[in-house]
Amino acid sequence: MIFLLQQMLFFSMPLLVVAVGGLFSEKSGVVNIALEGLMIFGAFCGILFLFFIEGRIDGQFVLVLAMIIASAGGMLLGLMHAYASVSMKANQAISGMALNIIAPALAVFVARQVTPSELIPFRQRFVIREVPILSDIPIIGPILFERAYITTYVALTVFVIALIVVRSTRFGLRLRASGEHPHSLESSGVSVQKVRYTSVLISGALAGLGGIVFFIPTSGEFSAQVSGYGFLAIAVLVFSKWNIKRIIWISFFFGLMQTIAATHSSLVYVRDLDFIPSEFYKMLPYVATIIVLSFSRGASPAPSAIGIPYDVSER
Amino acid sequence: MKKILYSLRSHKLLQVYSALIAIVAGLLFGLIILIVIDPSQAFPAFNSMLFAGFRRGLSSFGNVIFFATPIVLTGLSVGFAFKTGLFNIGATGQLLIGGFVAVYIGVTMTFFGPFTWVIAVIAAGIFGALWGIIPGILKAYKGVHEVVTTIMMNYIALYLVNYFVKSSIYDGLNNRSLPVPRANIIPKFGLDVIFSHSNIQGGFLIAIIAMLIIYFILNKTVLGFELKAVGYNKDASKYAGINDKRRTIHAMMIAGALAGLAGASMYLSDSFTYINVQDSMPTQGFMGISVALLGLKDPIGILLAGLFFGYLQVGGQNMQLYGFAPQVIDVMTGMIVYFSALSLIFAKFAIRFFRLRNEGDDA
Repeated sequence: MIFLLQQMLFFSMPLLVVAVGGLFSEKSGVVNIALEGLMIFGAFCGILFLFFIEGRIDGQFVLVLAMIIASAGGMLLGLMHAYASVSMKANQAISGMALNIIAPALAVFVARQVTPSELIPFRQRFVIREVPILSDIPIIGPILFERAYITTYVALTVFVIALIVVRSTRFGLRLRASGEHPHSLESSGVSVQKVRYTSVLISGALAGLGGIVFFIPTSGEFSAQVSGYGFLAIAVLVFSKWNIKRIIWISFFFGLMQTIAATHSSLVYVRDLDFIPSEFYKMLPYVATIIVLSFSRGASPAPSAIGIPYDVSER
Repeated sequence: MKKILYSLRSHKLLQVYSALIAIVAGLLFGLIILIVIDPSQAFPAFNSMLFAGFRRGLSSFGNVIFFATPIVLTGLSVGFAFKTGLFNIGATGQLLIGGFVAVYIGVTMTFFGPFTWVIAVIAAGIFGALWGIIPGILKAYKGVHEVVTTIMMNYIALYLVNYFVKSSIYDGLNNRSLPVPRANIIPKFGLDVIFSHSNIQGGFLIAIIAMLIIYFILNKTVLGFELKAVGYNKDASKYAGINDKRRTIHAMMIAGALAGLAGASMYLSDSFTYINVQDSMPTQGFMGISVALLGLKDPIGILLAGLFFGYLQVGGQNMQLYGFAPQVIDVMTGMIVYFSALSLIFAKFAIRFFRLRNEGDDA
């Protein structure tokens, strides 16, 4: 059971961070279907750094640096999306899709120039066996503080900070206004362009961070794909109805689905059901997404100015 | 009236300019990457890429057509859905389902004799359409956004096809499906005589026919008119008495059928007659998005864009001779799509540029 919950944490943290990233962009009125590409590019930058630094310095500090670099990488690609969709008033879905093509291609291209294969290997060395004192807490201790990765703590911290920023700061208010009524925001003297640029850059940074949070606990090498996590994050966002508080629970739900898909052969409860082929377990997260979305009632409360380029002269 | 017609035509022209500029900008970006990686090899490699599709005359161009065939069909699929205001990212899944059905029929139902491939192609279209209907229904009656559902359907299709291959026509030794016998692939209709020594496939004729049909539907039928009306303004078309829900479903159905045909053309060609059991998706579905966007969502434009990307793919194979990974082609493709998103600004710039040049000629 504890193993299951721990695995669930590893699978849901990237979803959480990336979905929060998507929220920033979409709340400000910019559609972001580039999350998948941003994740891949962020993870690529971070892990390329780990690959080059291997054997020189060690310890958790390196991982923190890698996470910062991953965020910067995501931000760089996010800048392209912001430029197209805010400055150039381009179609945001097309720009996002283009980034989804560019990011994995660039990653594989560079990977093949620096390593013999398409993969960038990194040594698994970031696991924390147990955190003293805290791991003695019943239930939570073993789940959160044994065989843990700091990526988990970073992800949770990011969520808490984002929660505060979106709900109770001046920037959060402007963010929401920019996605609902950009013209009234502009008329109160705030630049919509600036708000949208900032949000898309935050979105890129978080998606890039999410990319490395995805790879570190579950893999030993970078391959230029994140199994559709960026797209799943969009599903999380839609299902949460763009409400940041709901995102965390929904991420856990999808994380659980992924966990069952990945570990079904070693789960006690499911092992007896071995007549179900493993392909069906792998389908589970995606089928669950569709079912859950088609039964969530009510009109879609997407920000009302989403996807519409802001044009001052249209007031 | 004349003025409106003129402005419409110049609008189309504007878009064509912008697409051409996007291509040039994307290629230049690729060149810059090559120069950064290895300046000494960059220019020869770029040069060889640019002319690879014509290097050995018609036989090289036959290979271009081989790469272009499935992506023209998926491009038509994506482009057709765009016309109704739908973003069909699910061409990959529809292609997989169609491809599996085609291979299954090609391997097992040999009792149709020489007509097996016809049955296989038609069935691929039908099952692709069925796979496309699901997001259409969910969009029309449940309001679930098609971007999310079609992506999820891609993954479901991937694992479903893996399961079906494993449990029916499995070649366990190679972890893939049994190959379709040579007699049951799509015949070449004499194309191999024109484009000798190449991978040319008869599926290209299917793509051409599909393009003509789509052109006809969009421009000459009530269905096409209503589909486009829903795409332009859903509320207005509802007010005009169009059943927008049913039209949404029809659009996804036809888009699915086209992608299903792409699957058939891919797996019933003689260089590729089996389905691998793998965890990654064929790229031809996603390529369809690039093709549809560069082709300005117009059937003829999509054919040209498909041939262009096929041409780049052939060029990409040559890159390895110069020590570059062929993925640089995908980077260029992505950049071309990105630049085409910035089209309007580019096009206005282009108009000014051409006008200035014309004035220069006059003087």
